[in-house]
Amino acid sequence: MTVEHPSERLVSRYARGEVDIPADEVWAVESHLESCAVCRARLADVVEGSTAALVQAVWTDLEPQLTPKARPRWNPLRGLAGWTTPAMVPWLVMTTAVTLVALLFDRFARSPDNEVSVVLLLAPVLPVLGVAVSWAKALDPMHEIVASTPRAGLYLLLRRTVSVLLVVIPTLLFAGSGTSTALWLLPCLAFTTGTLALGGLVGVTRAAAGLIAVWAAVIIAPSVAMAQPSFALHHNGLPVWGALFVLGALVVAVRRGAYADLGAHR
Amino acid sequence: MTNAVDTAPTTYAWEIKASGLVVRAGARKVAVDGLDLSLGTGVHGLLGPNGAGKTTLIRALATVLRPAGGALDLLGTAVGGRADQRELRRRIGYLPQEFGYYKRFTVREFVEYMAWLKEMPKRDIPAAVQRAVERVGLADRADDRMKTLSGGMVRRAGIAQAIVNDPTILLFDEPTAGLDPAQRLSFRELLQELGTESCVVVSTHLVEDVAAACTDVVLFADGKLVFQGTPAQLAAAGTSEHVGDSPIERGYTALLNQGRGSW
Repeated sequence: MTVEHPSERLVSRYARGEVDIPADEVWAVESHLESCAVCRARLADVVEGSTAALVQAVWTDLEPQLTPKARPRWNPLRGLAGWTTPAMVPWLVMTTAVTLVALLFDRFARSPDNEVSVVLLLAPVLPVLGVAVSWAKALDPMHEIVASTPRAGLYLLLRRTVSVLLVVIPTLLFAGSGTSTALWLLPCLAFTTGTLALGGLVGVTRAAAGLIAVWAAVIIAPSVAMAQPSFALHHNGLPVWGALFVLGALVVAVRRGAYADLGAHR
Repeated sequence: MTNAVDTAPTTYAWEIKASGLVVRAGARKVAVDGLDLSLGTGVHGLLGPNGAGKTTLIRALATVLRPAGGALDLLGTAVGGRADQRELRRRIGYLPQEFGYYKRFTVREFVEYMAWLKEMPKRDIPAAVQRAVERVGLADRADDRMKTLSGGMVRRAGIAQAIVNDPTILLFDEPTAGLDPAQRLSFRELLQELGTESCVVVSTHLVEDVAAACTDVVLFADGKLVFQGTPAQLAAAGTSEHVGDSPIERGYTALLNQGRGSW
C-alpha cells in the first residue's frame, strides 16, 4: 500500500495552528499523524521554540513518574516474615544469650565437684520461650489481624516453631559440645511438642509458662540445691523423653483443627 | 482475574446468616445474645451505642471468636464446628478496630505479608497489592515504612490489607476513626464500590457514615438486634420530638430509647 505523506508546507501550517486549512485536510493530516511516526517526527521538527520548551518542561516533570522505581532495599524481615515475626526476634536473641551465659557458667564458674550442667538443665525449656512468643497476643502487634487469616493456626504455629528450633538447636549444639547430643536434644524436642499439645487446650503462652514453672520447680531447683545431676537428664531417661516427644506430636496431629481458633493464640 | 470460583453459582441465600447467635466477650460477659441476622450483598452499617457488642459480633464474623451458641453460617459454611475454615477465611477481609503492624515493614510489605497469610497465589500477589494500595490512595507512600505514616494513612493501609484478596465478606470495625473529612468521603465512595459485589459490614457510631454510604442499617444494642432496614426507614422512625441533628439521628435515638432512659 502506498501512503501519501502530507507536504512539508501543510505540516508546518498545521503545527503553527493556522485556521484557514480546510477541515477535511486537517482531519486527513491528523489521522495520518496518528499512524505515521515519520510525519510525527517532521511535525516535531517544525514546532516553534515556545512549544518545544513547553513539551520539554512537561516531559521533565513526568519522567520521574514514568520510569519504574528501583525496588526498595531488601528488607531481611520481609523475607523471614513467613517463618518468624519481628516480635519474636528479641526473644530469639535473648534465648541465644541465655544459652551462652549458661555455657560460660559451666566452663568457668562451676566448682570441679559439681556435676550439674546449667546448659543441660536449661536446654529443654529454651525453645519453649520462643514458641511462647510465637502466638502471644500481648507481644505480637499483628495478632488480631493475623488470627482471621487462613494460614493462622497450626500451619503458622509450626513454621514459627521450626524457626525457633533452627536458632536454638545450633546454639545448643555449640554450647553442649562435650555432652551427648541426645541428652539435650530429646528433652528439648519433647518440651516443644509438649508446649504445642498443651497449647491447643489452654493457649500456647499459658502452656509454655506452665511447663517452664513445672520444670523449674521439679528439676532445676532440686538439682541446683543438691548439686547433683537430675535423674531426668540421665541416659536412662532418654526412652521416656522420646515417648513424650512422640506423644506430644500425636496430640498435636489429632487436635490440629483446634489451633485455628483464638483459643490457641491466647 | 475471573476463575471458576468467581463464576460458580452460589450455594447460599445470604452471605452472612446468624440464628440465635451467642458470642461471649471474655469468660463471662455475653456480648451477642441470641442474634438473628441475614445479610446479603451490599453495604451494611452496624450502628449501636458503645458497649453494644459491635466489635464482638464483627470478631465472630471474622472467625476470630468462636460462637458460644446458636448458628452462624458464612458463605454457606457453618462457623465454629470442626470443619476446616481455611477456604472460608480466604474469602474474608477484616479490619479490626485497633490493629497492629510491624513498624519496620513498608506499606507494600505489610499488605504483601497479609496477602501471603490469606493464601493468595504467589504470582497474583504483587499486582493485587499494588491495586489495593492504589484504591486507598497510598500508592505514593507504598515503599515508606509503616512507622513514618500518619494515623489516617495507617488506617488506609489497614483497609488495603482487608481488600487485597477481593473478599466476598468484608468486615470493617470503626474504619473511619482517624480519617480526615476528605478521606472519609473517598472511603465512602470505596465502600459503595465494594458493596456492589461483596457483603460489606461496617461498624460505626457515626450516623452520617451510614446515611451516606450504606444500603442497609443494622441497629444493635445490648447484644440484640433492634432494627434492620434501609437508612430511609431508620429516618422515618424518628419524629421531631426525638433528639438529633438529622432525620437518621432522630430515628436512631427513637429506636434506642424504647424501654430505657436516654443514657
